Amino acid sequence: MTTSLTLLPPALVLILGALFLPLLRGGIRSAALLLLPLVTLWLVWSLPDGATLRMSFLGYELLPLKVDKLSRLFALVFAIMAFAGALFALRQPRTVELVAAFAYAGSAIGAVMAGDLISLFVFWEIMAIGSTLVILSAGGGARRAAFRYAIMHFIGGVLLMAGIAGEIQATGSVAFSAMDASTPARGLMLAGFLINAGAPPLSAWLSDAYPESSWSGMVFLSAFTTKTAVYTLIRGFPGTEILIPVGLFMVFYGIIYAILENDMRRILAYSIVNQVGFMVTGVGIGTEMALNGAAAHAFTHIIYKALLLMSAGSVLLMTGKRKCTDLGGLFRTMPLTCVSGIIGALAISSFPLTSGFVSKSMIAQGAADQHLMLVWLALAAASAGVFLHAGIKFPWFVFFQKDSGLRPVEPPVNMRAAMVLLAAFCIGIGVAPGPLYALLPYAVDYVPYTAAHVVFQLQLLLFSGLAFFLLLDLLKRTLTITLDSDWLWRRPGAKLLRAFDQVSVSGWDALVRASMGGAGWLARTLRSTHGPEGLLGGPWPTGTMALWATVMLGAYLILSYV
Amino acid sequence: MSDPIKPDGDSDHWLVRPATIRRLWIVSGVVLAVTVLLDLVVEHHPHFGIDGTFGFGAWFGFAACVAMVLFAKLVGMVLKRPDTYYDN
Repeated sequence: MTTSLTLLPPALVLILGALFLPLLRGGIRSAALLLLPLVTLWLVWSLPDGATLRMSFLGYELLPLKVDKLSRLFALVFAIMAFAGALFALRQPRTVELVAAFAYAGSAIGAVMAGDLISLFVFWEIMAIGSTLVILSAGGGARRAAFRYAIMHFIGGVLLMAGIAGEIQATGSVAFSAMDASTPARGLMLAGFLINAGAPPLSAWLSDAYPESSWSGMVFLSAFTTKTAVYTLIRGFPGTEILIPVGLFMVFYGIIYAILENDMRRILAYSIVNQVGFMVTGVGIGTEMALNGAAAHAFTHIIYKALLLMSAGSVLLMTGKRKCTDLGGLFRTMPLTCVSGIIGALAISSFPLTSGFVSKSMIAQGAADQHLMLVWLALAAASAGVFLHAGIKFPWFVFFQKDSGLRPVEPPVNMRAAMVLLAAFCIGIGVAPGPLYALLPYAVDYVPYTAAHVVFQLQLLLFSGLAFFLLLDLLKRTLTITLDSDWLWRRPGAKLLRAFDQVSVSGWDALVRASMGGAGWLARTLRSTHGPEGLLGGPWPTGTMALWATVMLGAYLILSYV
Repeated sequence: MSDPIKPDGDSDHWLVRPATIRRLWIVSGVVLAVTVLLDLVVEHHPHFGIDGTFGFGAWFGFAACVAMVLFAKLVGMVLKRPDTYYDN
């Protein structure tokens, strides 16, 4: 009885449950919002290892529910995130956002538990639709951003689908397991995964679209798409060397753009790319240590990034402002939001005793074990850079900096509770990493808290902080954006599209005119002979009929006498 | 500490008073010095050599941040636009 109940696909609880949300009101709606993720969490936790569901589709055997340590780790943190996000968004009046967010979270869980490529693709596309709707539901300027977001993700989906089709055609198998990027089809799959991870050259979809979502929407958005992509890379392409330079590029791209950014949530969006870059680098290194590090870092990152975005979302909701130049000094009236933001900022910076410290350092250890000195140095420099662009910059410009004169009150109690919950996770995992390590895909042979490591990390971070305050003049925020690759499709791309539109419209017009001309001649000719005025068309007048009948009868008479 | 009234008559949070900020700089300086001096007592296990230099985390982290801020400044010179750029 319980066995059959626990075999229910956890993804479906959220996806189908979401459809009932619009029917619910008040306390029942709140209860459903909190219970659906909790039931999902319980189901994920109690599913046994192995494939527990088999389906047949077009002659292929699908395994839509296949569990191992890696998929369980990601599904667990996705379910935790769905709960924390729902708690934070409890008072979000736009139910469509919550429906979309639950379908999005559910399909992310479905994607990481998919045992075959076809199931993975189906959940992948539901994620694209769900996340687009989360952005779209914010209305206003978010609509255009959502449209651009959808196009990028459907391009990614097409690449992935083409790759999957090629892979199935070549191998005859729909299994999703570790592979090398040696065939064009696998290259396409890798490209599809990397687009969702926020890798270059299309990474701008993330910083373009996410910050346009609502105060609660971005909390959900930050968690699922990029981390599902990290999961697929760990599962499908571990040790693929190209991922090391790609990941390092993402790491530094995120830092540089975040340093230049003025919008507090766009800073955090660039910082998502930065953090996913660490994970992608770890997948590229590909040892058990590095893969454990990438998986652990995905887990901790989802939690502290959501915490940072809850802090930013609270500020956005209570002040209506999102630019650093408009904010500052909010620590006076929003102490809990401020402290939560600081805890998230310390965790993202891998400060000792926070979750980031115990996860990110495994990736660096992986590089050191493989004697990759340049990679290790780049990761160390980037760790300092994370403190600079997110760890200090976000709390400093939002909560300190200057007195903006704003005196917003703390957000409602459910939002505060969500922040306290995630802050507790950040510190709890940092103080006692054992339970997280036990969940990782490979056995952990790593001790994060050695005196040498703690001292090194403190030096790195504190001197990064010193650099921040010494260079504060260079870091002053301005009312600017920094052009990114989205410029390509928002300016020349849009122009090209308009030009194509004009050419195709005028070409079509010419074609229509030409064919109208030809058809017109035919029509006119037919009309002149068969039309109402035509010789052969139209009703003939009775008089004429009678006349011609008389003429013919007369002719007949004459002929009969001849 | 005892006088929360600033010269212009505006009371402000103790955290943003000049005296507090001066104290914060002093305390930070001491903490920074201590973290570097800890290298004298903590035994490091360098993987490459360069990471075994004295105060490696400190000087490398600082230099990396300065380099990144200056590089960002350069990128900004080329790619910065008013934030209304896409509005029209």
